[in-house]
Amino acid sequence: MDFGLSQEQQMLAESVTRLLRELSPLDHVRQVAEGGSAVSAQSQAALAELGLPGLVVPEAHGGLGMGLLDATIVATALGEAVAPVPFTARNVMAPLALIAAGSEAQQAQWLPRIAAGEVRFGVGVHEQVSRRDGSGVRCSGGALTGTALFVLDCEEADHFMIADEAGRLHIVSAQADGLELIALKTIDATRSVGELRLASTPAEALADDGGAAARRLIAAGRILLAADSLGAADAMIAQAVAYAGQREQFGRVIGSFQAVKHMCAEMAAKNEPCRSLVWYAAHAFDAVPAEAELVACHAKSHTGEVGRFVARTATEVHGGMGFTDLLGLHYWFKRIGFDRQVLGGPETVREEAARLQGWIAVAA
Amino acid sequence: MDLSYGPEYETFREEVRGFIAVNRHLAPKNAGRAARPSKEGVAWQKLLIEHGYTARTIPREYGGFGAEPDILKSRIIAEEFARAGVPGGLANQGISMLVPTLLELGTEEQKRRWIEPTLAGDVVWCQGYSEPGSGSDLASLKTSARVEGGDFVINGQKIWTSTAKEADMIFCLVRTEGDAAKHQGISYLIFPMTTPGIEVRPLRTMTGHAEFNETFFTDVRVPVDQIVGQRGQGWFVANATLGHERGMLGDPDALENRLLALIELMTVEQVGGARVIDLPALRDRLVALQAEVAAMKYNGMRILSNQIKGEPGGMAKLIVKLQACELAHQISALAIDALGELGILYNGSAHERENGSWQWNYMFQLGLIIGGGTAQIQKNIISERGLNMPREPRLDLPKGPSAQGGQ
Repeated sequence: MDFGLSQEQQMLAESVTRLLRELSPLDHVRQVAEGGSAVSAQSQAALAELGLPGLVVPEAHGGLGMGLLDATIVATALGEAVAPVPFTARNVMAPLALIAAGSEAQQAQWLPRIAAGEVRFGVGVHEQVSRRDGSGVRCSGGALTGTALFVLDCEEADHFMIADEAGRLHIVSAQADGLELIALKTIDATRSVGELRLASTPAEALADDGGAAARRLIAAGRILLAADSLGAADAMIAQAVAYAGQREQFGRVIGSFQAVKHMCAEMAAKNEPCRSLVWYAAHAFDAVPAEAELVACHAKSHTGEVGRFVARTATEVHGGMGFTDLLGLHYWFKRIGFDRQVLGGPETVREEAARLQGWIAVAA
Repeated sequence: MDLSYGPEYETFREEVRGFIAVNRHLAPKNAGRAARPSKEGVAWQKLLIEHGYTARTIPREYGGFGAEPDILKSRIIAEEFARAGVPGGLANQGISMLVPTLLELGTEEQKRRWIEPTLAGDVVWCQGYSEPGSGSDLASLKTSARVEGGDFVINGQKIWTSTAKEADMIFCLVRTEGDAAKHQGISYLIFPMTTPGIEVRPLRTMTGHAEFNETFFTDVRVPVDQIVGQRGQGWFVANATLGHERGMLGDPDALENRLLALIELMTVEQVGGARVIDLPALRDRLVALQAEVAAMKYNGMRILSNQIKGEPGGMAKLIVKLQACELAHQISALAIDALGELGILYNGSAHERENGSWQWNYMFQLGLIIGGGTAQIQKNIISERGLNMPREPRLDLPKGPSAQGGQ
């Protein structure tokens, strides 16, 4: 019995963390973000060297053949560094869609190119979680029509994995007729989301899609967003503790005041169990599929709540400085805010968890 | 990540299940919180020891089962008894706190005399630590013991002495060296509760019951050899047991069982013809608590795994008392809200549910948030030991080791 990370997994986490510490300090993140992009070319290239685009792609298709737990560890490291790097949708959800629902031919066609970084996917499945502003995509005669909102990792995407209203997944080329991508501006400058407008746009349906693949994709996405939020919360707690150890008022470091120490203790006490929950959720996704959707909901909703608490409290520990742009603490605050809302905020996700357990009367 | 316990352990699990299936009719009914186990309770305890399902690693010569420590086997036993809803071994203060202390620091004679009957449930203990003026700052305790004619003569008062009414014996911290520094002047004494000069008064709490007592000592004479460890070393002797108590208050199985009871309640109870669980606001809170209980469960598995590997528990362990007590309290709070007006029924009222136990738990668990190291002391520990933040100034402690605690 071993509830924890293997040595290889710890090394993976360390190598991503080390690489980002070197290539993507806050100054760099700021530079990328202020340039209007959510992609750091240098970080992305270096992470590709580690094999991230093919992390979950089977070895037979040129990938590393790792599981969601490995991807989760990477997501935590990315969140910790607020790294402007497309990962969740592009490197994990898209290949998982093909693994879950692609025909052998489709897998052979797409997975090696994904692993090699030759195709870059954005993923639009948000309508399966919530439809807003008239969004929704219909499939008719091999073409898609409608709007997919909150398409993830859309910057630099040359293809999209889109769920139609029946939950079936389709591959769409960014060059296809009738496709228009509108970048959405969010609080979080380190991730890109877009609105994809489709008008009789030709699409390739995943051949073996019984309709369950989108659910599995959403579960994976939720676990990764939870992992990202966990990493960002770790970083905020560490910064709050460090700041409280330096900042002096009334002739003492403020970290010696119980009011401040207890804020830090509360953050750590709420955040630490999230780590085990996220790890277990990813493990369940890989090894206990019957539990995966429910525990993904738990991980997403709970880290969403804890993330909000940490984001707010860590900012308060920094006092007025936390509120300024000077420290850049808000990059983590916003990253956590993004992770909380996307693919279902806590209430939405809890409602789904209740439904999965038969706790919602059929008539309701 | 490998959550299987392996074939050797699954065989062991089958053995435990088999034992429970065959013997469960012998388990005491309503073992509950009775301080002194019933006849059936004592017989059950002895049967469990015989099979190694409690007192498992305590040497045979002291009345235990004498197995090598095996964290997974202990865990399997706890899991299976919890799952079957059958009471496991006794977990009173004598067994949880005094026995480990004697094993570590007692004389050979003390071990032989006290451990076996304590394990068997024949001798019941109470704990004399906290005083009205010494709670979180336990080391400031004032109950004094002067030496006179080969006896300690004890005067003072203890509080929160649960089971003092039923107890045969007390393990008690007293100040024996009046002029030593505060942590150096304490001794750890053990003596019968029948000793002349002891008076126990029930301490009624907000629950309306007296789960605790106050215990008064007036010229109580205890032979000087009834001491564990050296004179003046009582603080360090006691700290071994405080660690054991903190371990007791964060059992993940207990949280899961409370949550299951809450789910059952919300599924069965109806309001206006609908199940309570069909009310979205309450259901949302239920799922939120379910997620938190899951997080604590996996946090517990992580701690277990670290223990097996001989690694320190780290932050995962430091937060357990604070988080688990809070969570238990919130589960009871939601149950009361799920019951609506019925939630206030108590003391055997008409329409009362489950003997008012949700209200009793709701109040008692607030006591647990305060007891065993208050939530605020826990936050000091988490910030100082877990996050390396500056320690609280210790005006009372010029140098040397220290530990915070108290009930």
